[in-house]
Amino acid sequence: MKIGILLKEGPYNHQASDTAYKFAEAAIRKGHTIDAVFLYNDGVINATRLGDPPQDDRNVAERWSALAREHGFEVLACIAASKRRGITDELMIEGGSITGLGTLTDIAIRNDRLLTFGD
Amino acid sequence: MEENIKKIMHVMRRAPHGSIYTYEGLEMILIMAAYEQDLSVVFIGDGVYALKKGQDTSGISIKGFAKTFTALDGYDVEKLYVDRRSLEERGLSEDDLLVDVEVLDSAEIGRRMNEQDVVIHH
Amino acid sequence: MLHTINKSPFESPSMQECARFAAPGDPVLFIENGVYAVQSGNRFASEIEALLKTNPVYVLQPDAEARGISSLTGGVEPVGYDGFVDLVEAHRVNSWL
Repeated sequence: MKIGILLKEGPYNHQASDTAYKFAEAAIRKGHTIDAVFLYNDGVINATRLGDPPQDDRNVAERWSALAREHGFEVLACIAASKRRGITDELMIEGGSITGLGTLTDIAIRNDRLLTFGD
Repeated sequence: MEENIKKIMHVMRRAPHGSIYTYEGLEMILIMAAYEQDLSVVFIGDGVYALKKGQDTSGISIKGFAKTFTALDGYDVEKLYVDRRSLEERGLSEDDLLVDVEVLDSAEIGRRMNEQDVVIHH
Repeated sequence: MLHTINKSPFESPSMQECARFAAPGDPVLFIENGVYAVQSGNRFASEIEALLKTNPVYVLQPDAEARGISSLTGGVEPVGYDGFVDLVEAHRVNSWL
């Protein structure tokens, strides 16, 4: 099964990014393909590498970056949502980039499922 | 080509202005409309407030967007559904809404929801 | 169609709205703060029992455990993230955010 993920909340404020991550991990483990993670609303904040959480906490952005690189999917932040929130190309995690909502539409069209996580 | 057309439903369930979800949801709908998919938008719960007449956001410095819903027709987004019970619970009727919509009961909205390939809540 | 609910019923009408629009037979999965809905003996137990008459109801076990919920309303089935994936494989998804 090919799965797209739409993530609509930023890290830490809400559990959405954690749930999406745990789901993606499990789906990959079970032999499914994560095609892309599209970030919308405050979800775009998941893609900045400037986050520096305390040592004993998870690093949400770094974790997405590692999973994306290991399994060959992209973390895509919506350009309009990013511009509003000061998220730019220079801030992107490895494996992350900024793109338009048209890409989300393509993700919705080409995958067996589009799962939304958010508040 | 036909089999590549997906049924995508956007579900508006939040009041406007208090958070950005409705507005950014509308932006998403406008872009998706260019992709010739089978789009629909349904207003449930506080989502019906997005369509209420007489909104004036000039005093809160937030861009008003209620009128953009009236323009969806021009983007070929013609399937706009409103949950009858959500309207009634809020003391509203179809006359209070800015936009021509189909007011439907829950069972009918549920049936149309169940036909979708993709459902996105805003 | 799989329905997921991530809000506590004490703070949000998500559960009632979902129950109103879900088709009979559709699985309903409680995740994140949604798991508070299925703690046994709470004031939503009768609504969960009514839902169970027409729909299978699941709870994401790691979320329930994280919140100290060990006693579930009878008939609610706990699943892990693997079970969540299996439900997604079998159904299209409707996340009631």
